[in-house]
Amino acid sequence: MISYLKPALILLTLLTLLTGVAYPLLVTGLAQLIFPEQANGSLLKDDSGKVIGSKMIGQTFSNPAYFWGRPSATAPYPYNAGASGGSNLGPTNPALLDAVKTRIAALHAADPENKAPIPVDLITASASGLDPHISPAAAEYQVDRIARLKHIAPEKLREWVELHTEERQWEFLGEKRVNVLSLNMALTAIH
Amino acid sequence: MSPQGLMQIVVYLMVLLLAVKPLGTYMALVFMDQPSGLNRWFAQFEAMYYRFSGIDPSVEMRWTQYAASLLVFNALGLLIVLALQSLQNYLPLNPQQLPVVKFDSAFNTAASFVSNTNWQGYSGETTMSYLTQMLGLTVQNFLSAATGMAVLVALVRAFSSRNSETIGNFWVDMTRSTLFILLPLSLLFSLVLVGQGVVQTFSPYKDASLMEAVSYTQNKVDADGNMVLDVEGKSITEIIEVKNQTLALGPAASQIAIKQLGTNGGGFFNANSAHPFENPTPLSNFLEMLAILLIPAASCYTFGKMVGDTRQGWVILAAMTLVLVTLLTVTVVAEQNGNPLLASLNVDQAYRTDQAGGNMEGKETRFGIVNSALWATVTTAASNGSVNAMHDSFTPLGGMIPMWLMQLGEVIFGGVGSGLYGMLIFAIVAVFIAGLMIGRTPEYLGKKIEAFEMKMAAIIILIPPLLVLGGTAIAVMADAGKAGILNPGAHGFSEVLYAFSSAGNNNGSAFAGLSANTPFYNWMLALMMLVSRFGLIVPVLAIAGSLAAKKIVPVGLGTLPTHTPLFMLLLIMTVLMVGALTFIPALALGPIAEHLQMANVH
Repeated sequence: MISYLKPALILLTLLTLLTGVAYPLLVTGLAQLIFPEQANGSLLKDDSGKVIGSKMIGQTFSNPAYFWGRPSATAPYPYNAGASGGSNLGPTNPALLDAVKTRIAALHAADPENKAPIPVDLITASASGLDPHISPAAAEYQVDRIARLKHIAPEKLREWVELHTEERQWEFLGEKRVNVLSLNMALTAIH
Repeated sequence: MSPQGLMQIVVYLMVLLLAVKPLGTYMALVFMDQPSGLNRWFAQFEAMYYRFSGIDPSVEMRWTQYAASLLVFNALGLLIVLALQSLQNYLPLNPQQLPVVKFDSAFNTAASFVSNTNWQGYSGETTMSYLTQMLGLTVQNFLSAATGMAVLVALVRAFSSRNSETIGNFWVDMTRSTLFILLPLSLLFSLVLVGQGVVQTFSPYKDASLMEAVSYTQNKVDADGNMVLDVEGKSITEIIEVKNQTLALGPAASQIAIKQLGTNGGGFFNANSAHPFENPTPLSNFLEMLAILLIPAASCYTFGKMVGDTRQGWVILAAMTLVLVTLLTVTVVAEQNGNPLLASLNVDQAYRTDQAGGNMEGKETRFGIVNSALWATVTTAASNGSVNAMHDSFTPLGGMIPMWLMQLGEVIFGGVGSGLYGMLIFAIVAVFIAGLMIGRTPEYLGKKIEAFEMKMAAIIILIPPLLVLGGTAIAVMADAGKAGILNPGAHGFSEVLYAFSSAGNNNGSAFAGLSANTPFYNWMLALMMLVSRFGLIVPVLAIAGSLAAKKIVPVGLGTLPTHTPLFMLLLIMTVLMVGALTFIPALALGPIAEHLQMANVH
């Protein structure tokens, strides 16, 4: 075995330096040079330069005057971007049904008149707990409520939603989706 | 299914199959030491590298020497990952000042990454320092994949060599796999990922002020972490208001590239490829899925090229693709049908142009149903194990397919190297069965298959089911095993069965509701991962050694041709029969029982 140890050690050291040091450093250098914004987390900043979020990472909203995002199962509070994760509740778990019922009740309490069927993504927790998007259907479900509370015409609000909707990439990849954080940030301008 | 959904699957398979020939040819040139673009360019560097390391690349090894080199190399790798985790608070590049990892968890992680399983008992962003991720985990992402490729080329070489006592040089195969195949692909891929929004930085986590503060209640603890109790001995709760969001960052892209390409699957973040910083867009998702199957698929062509008959490779690729597409359909349909228990609650689960619908619990909006189901199928067909949706929240049938794909022995594409060498063992078994039926001595690629090969093949095929079923049985009987279960009823059993199927076949994905970061699961699963990896590699190399020593018999009248659709069906039947007969009873207690239960409620 000893005769194998020497070449194994040398090879391991060399390959570690290549794949564990040179490679990540090279990628970091090139990434910071070519794509500095993306490489650092696609951060959103306010006028003073303070970080107010990331384009990629959702935030939690419970104010009825704003669009609500996907429910989040991160601990100890929703949308904890330091500890991503899903609920992992199975489809027949009573805890899942209870959670869904609570979310439906909250939506109904915020908008008692709305009797429309609720889009499924609005009452189910995302995989990462940080999903920045909802489906256009889930945005449409909330338009009347927000228009009423913000005192603007629903049609005007739909234009805002449209503006923050991302199409399928190359027309067919992924799903059409609305970025909740950027939409809500735009809405703060409306009083 | 939506037209776009169908198109995504079709385009995915087309791009994958189109890449097979060019990449497969290139890999064959690398392993046969014939000049191609990159290795000619690096030839000087490679020669210098061997001189420096004192390795003579022209010395060939017997199978026992090859196996010994491999085991020593991997044992050293395991020790280094273990050491990095156990010392990370004394080492640099730990901006979050994360403490040392507990020993059972650290050993589990070391075993997991060395065995190309990349099961994660820990949560990346709250456990591992940047240095541990880079120097320990990223390195093993490369080296465990290269180890798989080395074993594969050793076996393939054995088929084409005559009366040879040796099967190649392990050090050279490792070096070539890493330098000429894995590194260039990863470099290119990681930059594309950053362009899509994957993070790659050494800066500490960033604080962002939230638009809307959140508050939550928790039990009050003192400075030592003990609960503060009131006079009646009850715990005191306090309300915490959170005004800032901590954005976890890190050198993620470089690790994610090799995690996908090397069928590793261990995420940089806890949510793996569901995390927006790990898989931000539908395009990054498409490419990450492509990377999972890329090398396993191309290896089939490499194999054909190296044995001098590319039809032999295509027939194996066709068998893999056929099984994949069939099982994929089940997952997509099951997930798109959604959860019948929500139907009575006025929830809209239908597919429309403005929503994906279906079972969206544990799925991301940007991926919807089709991309989540496709990923789940692909990641378990290959022994990748990364996830972009939470398999634990899949419908019973949608979750059963990934579980069964692992139980088939990770040979439907399978791991880098390991998938194909596993499938070649099944091919040996298939010609043996055919030989019994027609009463001839079985041969495969001109090599007679005799008692020694069959004994080794039997060991290889029997070890994983033994680990999976034995481990599951122990865990559901032990209190420590039952304590980890999150979901009640049949689904809870599925969580345990999934965990052992994953570890016992080196996949690494999980029904993540199971709390597996406990000494019981950490030790049990670490043992499974090591045995199923190295307990299979040694007999595979033994077969290689035995085959290399044989002469090549010419094709005769009694030879079963192994490049025909008939052989493809025989191969598929062999894989499915072994998988079905072994696991249907266990599956009946988990996902099948749950499915019947769910259908009944409706």
